[in-house]
Amino acid sequence: MDKKLLKICNLESKVEEEKILNGIDLKVNKGEIHVIMGPNGAGKSTLANVLMGHPEHKIINGDIEFEGENINQLAVDKRAKKGIFLSFQYPQEIPGVTVENFLRTAKTAVSGEQQSIFDFKFLLEEKMNLLNIDQSYADRYLNKGFSGGEKKKNEILQMAVLEPKLAILDETDSGLDVDATKTVAEGIKKVASEDNAMIIITHHNKILDYLQPDYVHVLVDGRIAKSGDMELAEEIEKEGFAKYKEAALDESNSKSNC
Amino acid sequence: MSEKTEVNDIDRSLHEEKNVEKHRYKSAKGLTPEVIKEISREKNEPEWMLEFRLKALEIYKEKEVPTWGADISDLDMDNIITYVRPDADLQSDWDQVPEEIKDTFDALGIPEAEKESLAGVGAQYDSEVVYHNLKEEMVEQGVVYMDMENAVKQHEDLVKQHFMKLITPNDHKFSALHGAVWSGGSFVYVPAGVDVNIPLQSYFRQNAPGSGQFEHTLIILEEGANAHFIEGCSAPKYSVNNLHAGAVELFINKGAKLRYSTIENWSRNMYNLNTKRALVEEDGVIEWVSGSFGSKVSMLYPMSILKGARARAEFTGVTFAAEGQYLDTGAQVIHDAPDTTSTVNSRSIAKDGGHAYYRGLLKVTKNAHGAKASVSCESLMLDNESKSDTLPIMKLQTDDIDIGHEAKVGRISEEAVFYLMSRGISEEEAKAMIVRGFVEPIASELPLEYAVELNNLINLELEGTIG
Repeated sequence: MDKKLLKICNLESKVEEEKILNGIDLKVNKGEIHVIMGPNGAGKSTLANVLMGHPEHKIINGDIEFEGENINQLAVDKRAKKGIFLSFQYPQEIPGVTVENFLRTAKTAVSGEQQSIFDFKFLLEEKMNLLNIDQSYADRYLNKGFSGGEKKKNEILQMAVLEPKLAILDETDSGLDVDATKTVAEGIKKVASEDNAMIIITHHNKILDYLQPDYVHVLVDGRIAKSGDMELAEEIEKEGFAKYKEAALDESNSKSNC
Repeated sequence: MSEKTEVNDIDRSLHEEKNVEKHRYKSAKGLTPEVIKEISREKNEPEWMLEFRLKALEIYKEKEVPTWGADISDLDMDNIITYVRPDADLQSDWDQVPEEIKDTFDALGIPEAEKESLAGVGAQYDSEVVYHNLKEEMVEQGVVYMDMENAVKQHEDLVKQHFMKLITPNDHKFSALHGAVWSGGSFVYVPAGVDVNIPLQSYFRQNAPGSGQFEHTLIILEEGANAHFIEGCSAPKYSVNNLHAGAVELFINKGAKLRYSTIENWSRNMYNLNTKRALVEEDGVIEWVSGSFGSKVSMLYPMSILKGARARAEFTGVTFAAEGQYLDTGAQVIHDAPDTTSTVNSRSIAKDGGHAYYRGLLKVTKNAHGAKASVSCESLMLDNESKSDTLPIMKLQTDDIDIGHEAKVGRISEEAVFYLMSRGISEEEAKAMIVRGFVEPIASELPLEYAVELNNLINLELEGTIG
């Protein structure tokens, strides 16, 4: 079976006139967990948004290939249907729309199969149990009045229900206390499998202790400055990003390897 | 052009031989007493009603066109007769009904016979059968439900006692016009203690031709009575005569409860200048549910006057202004007795350059100690071209009251649309979902079939929004 999932080549993007991504190369295969770390403003969330197709972010150079197909121009909902999922750093509140109705609509859209009310209820119950989420959340309005931790858990619930091939988790662990981090991490672990892949954007090593990623990338100034494994994350934990910031200034490091 | 407008009758065939005579009015600009007399004669009304009409005509001529709110300068007030005495030929041709209206009929699944009726062409759809059984049951209990014109004759005392006492010709130019030229509408009388457990729907009533424009609705609930009246329907009502100045007067006596639901969807050429008022006595309840769609311009501010102690008013409304529409709507509540309560909950939506204006009034007189009121008005704009305003006016003449107020104006969030789309939902459906969520507090107030209609209407309005 083909393990290739995502291939990003020399990706450059801008918001309005500001260039943010400066030539990103990244390959992600099924069954892998990738971590992206980097200082504030390095472009981590931008990369997540560009991969999902946020309309404010324009690709000015490079390619995003998903399962061998260029998706540079693909609309957001079409990307979701292909199996890309973004767990938002700041999930939106949608008053008047219940979690259950929203997720049933989304599941129908993503799977291309009409979800019967009863079957879906059963599926949702199962996933909520898996993630230790109280059943009453199904009837609450989407993210409305949710605490920070509840919103993040709800993102993981959505991921569990929609079963994407590639999940990008944008600071899913930020603002969570120790217990909540553990719950969210365990939730992610339960969803992760040989058939999907994850890109985890984080500032903290705590969540990585649970998830044991295969690759760690350091993103600086819109470019991947270094790739490695958990050891790299540990090094950064101790020493910070200083030496990678310097390296990023050296233009000779900027050529794409694609 | 002016020839066709001033001389012809609604039903030409009946009056063909009079046409020669009527050429006399041709030179007269605007409404004349002769025209009013003619209307009254056709209806075979009692003398007092004719006098009332003529008095209203005088007031109409003195009143200025209101200059606040909507721009109604396109209405040809010098030639108002064209709105009052339409050309029968114009109305009788299905081919002249705009395609968009026909498409909407199809989308809503309106039967052929009803389409023609709604479009103002062909015979009125006869649904008397639907009401036959209901009628018998109601009649036994003394309930009266008939068209307004017959009520004037058959229940003359009741009508005379209440007709245009709550909305008088002196209120404004269009109430005066209404008083002079009103035609059609519904009359409901529910005796003390009677609970009419089936909603009364004006849609199924046979109305006089042209009655869609200046119809008068008069509802009287005696002590402890209970009723639900539903006006209009979700299908767009098309008329070449584009002025609607109806009046709704609701008298709710001690301990009685009336729910008055409206879903209006006028065609996009309509000036909808409607006046609605309820007078609520001790322990009485008025519940308004109001959906305003369609029309070019609407000015509609249903008023609840809480006259008796512990009287209660609830208003729940949705307004949807699309391209080329200016909808100026809101609720008015007057607390004039102790311990009265009111709740106003309004949602408006504007898209494609539409303009939704919330204009509300909450007045608490010095008699109304212990009154409680809450007003919530929110509006949502779907794009940068659309406009929304809220003007909730409060006049409080006593301190011993509990007032809650919330007003919000916002634009549909691109981030929210992106969020929903990232879950595989199309842009169109994402926006529809946000809008449905926005009106959910209103939809949950409606009976199920109307909530479904409301959602259908919203979906229809949103269709084609996405380029």
